[in-house]
Amino acid sequence: MTRTTPFDDDRPVAELRRAVKRYGAVTALAGIDFEVRPGEVVALLGPNGAGKTTAVQLLLGLARPNAGEARLFGVEPRRVEARMRTGAMLQISKVPETLKVREHIHLVSSYYPHPLPEREVMAAAGLDGIEGRLFGKLSGGQRQRVLFALALCGDPDLMFLDEPTVGLDVEARRAFWTVIAEKARQGRSVLLTTHYLEEADALADRIVMIGRGRVIAEGTPAEIKSRVVGRKIRCRTALPLAEIAALPGVRDVRRQDELTEVFAAEAERTVFELISRDPSLSALEVRGADLEEAFLTLTNSDPEEVAA
Amino acid sequence: MTTQTIAPVPSRSLPRIYALEAWYEFLKQLRMPAYLVPTLTFPLVFYTLFGVALRHGSAGPFDMPTYLLATYGAFGVMNTALFAFGAGVAIERGQGWMLLKRATPMPPFAYFAGKLVMSVLFSLIMVSLLFTVGATAGGVRLSAATWLSLTGILVAGTLPFAAFGLAVGYWAGPNSAVAVLNLLALPSAFGSGMWIPIQMLPPVVKQIALFLPPYHFAQLALRTLGLDRGQPPSHHVAFLALFTAASLLLAWIGFRRDEGRTFG
Repeated sequence: MTRTTPFDDDRPVAELRRAVKRYGAVTALAGIDFEVRPGEVVALLGPNGAGKTTAVQLLLGLARPNAGEARLFGVEPRRVEARMRTGAMLQISKVPETLKVREHIHLVSSYYPHPLPEREVMAAAGLDGIEGRLFGKLSGGQRQRVLFALALCGDPDLMFLDEPTVGLDVEARRAFWTVIAEKARQGRSVLLTTHYLEEADALADRIVMIGRGRVIAEGTPAEIKSRVVGRKIRCRTALPLAEIAALPGVRDVRRQDELTEVFAAEAERTVFELISRDPSLSALEVRGADLEEAFLTLTNSDPEEVAA
Repeated sequence: MTTQTIAPVPSRSLPRIYALEAWYEFLKQLRMPAYLVPTLTFPLVFYTLFGVALRHGSAGPFDMPTYLLATYGAFGVMNTALFAFGAGVAIERGQGWMLLKRATPMPPFAYFAGKLVMSVLFSLIMVSLLFTVGATAGGVRLSAATWLSLTGILVAGTLPFAAFGLAVGYWAGPNSAVAVLNLLALPSAFGSGMWIPIQMLPPVVKQIALFLPPYHFAQLALRTLGLDRGQPPSHHVAFLALFTAASLLLAWIGFRRDEGRTFG
């Protein structure tokens, strides 16, 4: 089947410009800028409460920014011509329980001008054999796959997947990744939110890390990993914090009670430096920094954040 | 900012979307006992009991099977619309289904039109069953024109109560909507003379009834049989129109409030 390419140029299919969203006293997005270009898989990576879901909702026209702007295919996200090229999987609990899998897909497909054939949707979302089952009778993983199918069935140029693999086992998660990668190969764009670095790494061309409603870092998975995947060194040392912070490869250092915590890109080199400067160093412990900690170090080194 | 040129809206069949929306809405409710019981079973069982089986026990000035055919019909239509919109919208809001639908290119009105058509379909089924019981076991004899005009009035009653249901749907929580609806619908149905003729209720209830929407709906239905209390029909229609407008306004405010609240 021939299908016209969505764009003959590189203009973004989705973009947020200085977007601010407040809910009462809570600032969910504090002026955020990013875009998804045609054919690109972008992962919005961040801890819970970072503003990922809010960013998706602004781009889908489900909420309006208090300031700044959200655009989908260059137009206001609520425009039906933009929505006809968009599919979404949101973090929702349920769709009506007394409709069958096939009926749900049939209905949502009818909203789109060129939906995928039913067989293809079922196969891609792993729903073969349960098409005739009522949604209410499905397991958690199966429900998740139905929601994915609903995002897929209109054959959209851009798919929004908000935490698509939460609650899925490893096998199901890998199956998801395969389908998303296949869509990307066909030139479709995907905006994915996740708090798994592994997932962002496996799928994305580009990762946008957000925390506290701001973009903290942006780059290819390799670039992000080199910044995020560090080690945490914990030890007892008399060295001044400023001296440790100045060591190459050290991203952050802090002292809690007697213990000093050093976040470093390469633990081996930093440990060597520490010991050669302070032979009395003791209680040494090295472990991988988890994503939450990586966020903290990145957030602390963000100049905007320091200025604020 | 320059707007990118976008291909003209490609073809998709709007009538087909509306038809599918209504059909799946109907199927969805048909498979839901929590909906069928108040909308089909209640009016039928009550009518059979009070209108047919016990008609001689309460020897009033009325032909009970005929009178109650109109009022239980009105009661059933009211429930059908209230629960379709009230419970339906509240639950689907709670699940996030509404949010997902809003993200799709569904024509926004299709959702409500689907519910309205479904509600009318259920009303027609309920009314036909009720009329069958009335015409057979109840021995009700009416002219074809009267059967038709009663059906017309009953089905038209879907509108005001759908509007009110919508307001409840946007203001009540997914778990409380059904309770709220029952709490409002059952006493007001009773106080409006839908279960027992209004003439047989205490004077204070008769006074209160003048402020209850179901009373005005029931009176309009009874009027087709010549069994109403003789107030001008324009009065009932005006009351119900006002009630519909106020409900829609309330629903609109709730809808706007919802839009600003989605958080994550």
